[in-house]
Amino acid sequence: MNPYLFGYLGAAILALSALSLTRKNPVHAVLYMIVMFFHLAVLYLGLGAEFLAAVQIIVYAGAILVLFLFVIMVLNIKEEMEGERFSGGWPFGIAIASGLFLLVVLITGNIVPGQQGPYTPGVIAAQTNTKLVGTLLYTQYIFPFEIASLILLVAVVGAIVLAKKKLR
Amino acid sequence: MFRTQVMVILPEVLLAVSAMAILLLDLVIKRKSVFALLTCAAAAFAFFAVTGAQGAAWGGMFIADGYSSFFKAIFLISLVLPAASSAGYLDVERAGHGEYYALMLFATTGMMVMASAGDLITVYLGLELMSLSLYVLAGFMRGSTRSNEAALKYFLLGSFASALLLFGISLTYGLTGSTEIGAVASYIMSHGLSGNPALAFATILYVAAFGFKIAAVPFHMWAPDVYEGSPTPVTAFMSVGPKAAGFAVIGRVLMLALGPMTFEWTGLIIALSILSMVAGNILAIAQTNIKRMLAYSSIAHAGYVLLGIAAGGAEGLASAMSYLFIYAFMNIGAFTVVTLLTTEGVNAEDLEEYSGLSKTHPLLAALMLIFMFSLTGIPPTAGFAGKFYLFSTVINAGYLWLAVIAVLMSVVSAFFYLRVVMYMYMREPGHREHRMERSFGARLALGITALAVLALGLMPAGLIDLARSAAANFKG
Repeated sequence: MNPYLFGYLGAAILALSALSLTRKNPVHAVLYMIVMFFHLAVLYLGLGAEFLAAVQIIVYAGAILVLFLFVIMVLNIKEEMEGERFSGGWPFGIAIASGLFLLVVLITGNIVPGQQGPYTPGVIAAQTNTKLVGTLLYTQYIFPFEIASLILLVAVVGAIVLAKKKLR
Repeated sequence: MFRTQVMVILPEVLLAVSAMAILLLDLVIKRKSVFALLTCAAAAFAFFAVTGAQGAAWGGMFIADGYSSFFKAIFLISLVLPAASSAGYLDVERAGHGEYYALMLFATTGMMVMASAGDLITVYLGLELMSLSLYVLAGFMRGSTRSNEAALKYFLLGSFASALLLFGISLTYGLTGSTEIGAVASYIMSHGLSGNPALAFATILYVAAFGFKIAAVPFHMWAPDVYEGSPTPVTAFMSVGPKAAGFAVIGRVLMLALGPMTFEWTGLIIALSILSMVAGNILAIAQTNIKRMLAYSSIAHAGYVLLGIAAGGAEGLASAMSYLFIYAFMNIGAFTVVTLLTTEGVNAEDLEEYSGLSKTHPLLAALMLIFMFSLTGIPPTAGFAGKFYLFSTVINAGYLWLAVIAVLMSVVSAFFYLRVVMYMYMREPGHREHRMERSFGARLALGITALAVLALGLMPAGLIDLARSAAANFKG
C-alpha cells in the first residue's frame, strides 16, 4: 500500500472520528461517521481485503447508519442540541484515553511480526479474497461461524424482548 | 469425522436447541412454569452429555476435557437453581416469558463454549454469546427503571471490556501469527517473546477484560448497580456462572496461552486479588440493600478465587475451582432466600425487612443463617472447607502474607454477613408481616443448596479430588 495513501487515510479517519464525536447535532455526527466508514473501506481495499471493504460499505455505511438516522429522526433534535455535548467527567476520560494511546505508541516499536500462515498475499491474490474467506468460513472456521449465528439470534430475541409493546 | 465432532459439542448443541425450542413453544404453551421444567430437563441432559463428551473438535478450536467438564458442571448448577426459582418470581413481577429461559440457556451455552475454548476466537465468541444474553436478562423487567439502568450500564461497560479483549487478541495474533492457544504458547516459548513489551500490554488487556467479567476491583464498578437492578434470580445466575466462566478462560488464556509469561501476570493477579478482597469486604459494610451487599461480597469472593490463580500450577487452579463450585451453592442459596421473600409489592431487599425473620419463618431464617455462615467461612459449612483449602494452597505456594490479608478480610466480612443473622434473630419483627412466595421450585432449589453447603462442608474430600484431577493438565 502506498505510504502517502495510508497516511492520508489514517489522518482522515482520526479527524472524522473526532468530528463525529464532538458534533452537537446527531445528524451531522452520523454523516461524519459515514464518511469515516468509506475511508475505512478504502483502507481495507488497500490491504487486499476486498470482501471486508464491501461488507464495510454494505453493512456499516449502508444498513447500520441508515438505522441510526431513522432512530435520530424519532428523537427531538432541538432538545438534544441544547444540552452540553459531554458530561462533566470528560477531562478524566481524555486523560485515560491519552494514557492508553501513549502506551500503544510506546509498544509499537516492539511489535515483531509472528510466523506467516499458509495464506500469504500471493495465495490470496491467486484465489481472490472473497472466495478464500467464504471457503475458510464454511470449513475451518465453521464452529466459530455457528456460534456467531447464535449471537445474532440472541440479538434478535433481545431486541424483541426489550422493545415489545406490552408485557402481557 | 463429523459425527465424532458433533458428539464432542453435544452438551452445547442440546442447550442451544432447547433454547430455540422454548422460543417456539412459547407461542403455544400458556402455562409458563412448564418452561422452568424444560430448562431444568435440558440442563440435566446436558450434564449427562458433558460426562460423556471428551476430546477436541474443529482442529482444536473446541476442547472438551476434565477441566472444561468441571466448569460446565458449575455452569449447569448455576443455570438449574435460579431457573427453578424463577417461575414464582416472574409471576410476582409479571414478567413471565419463554424468552427468559431461552436467554438463560443461550448464556449458559456461551459459558460452556468459553470453558472449552482452544482458540482465542472461540474465547471471544463464547464471551459475547454469554454477555449479550445477560445484558438482555438484566433489563428483563422493562417496567422498572432500575432494571433498565442495570442493562444499559452492563451493556456499555461490557462492550468496552470486549473491545479491550479484542485488542489484546489482535496484538497476540500479530506477534505470534496464531490464535490457537497451544500454538501461541509454544511460539512465545520458542521465540523468546516473554519479555516483549507489546505482549505485556496484551496481557494487561486480557487481565482487564477478564477482570471485568469476574467483577474484580478496579473493574467492578458495574457490579453493585447491575446486581441490584436485575431480577433477583438473574442476579443469582450472573453472580456465579459468568464469574466461573471468566475464571475458566483465565485458566485457558493466562495459564496456557500466556503460560511462558506467568511471572509477569502473577503480579497483576495478586494486585487485583488484594484490591478486590479489601474494597469488596469494606464497601459491603456500608450497604443496607441486601442485593448490593451480596454484590460487594461477590467482588470479595472473586478476590479470594484469584488467590488460587496467583498461587499457580495445578494445585492453585484446583483450589480456585473447588472454591467456585462451593461458592455457586452458597451464593445462589442466599439469593434464593431473597427471591422467596419477594412477594406482591414487597421486594425484600432492605435489611430491615429481615428483622425477626426467625420468629415468623424459622426454617427460612435457619437456611439463611447457613448461607451467611458459609459465605463468612465458619465451620462446618462448605465455605470454611473451600477457604481452608484455598488459603493453605496459597501458603504452600510461598505467599504467607497474602493468606494473612485474606484471613483478615474474612474476619471483616463476618461483620456484614452476621449482621443479617443479627437482624433475623435478635430483632423483633417489623410492622410488616413476612410473606413467603409459594413456589415449589424455589423451595426445592433452597433445599438443594442448603444440603450441598452442609454436605460439602463435612465431606469436601471428594470435591477436592475431582478438582485436582480436572486441573491436572495445568502444570503452570
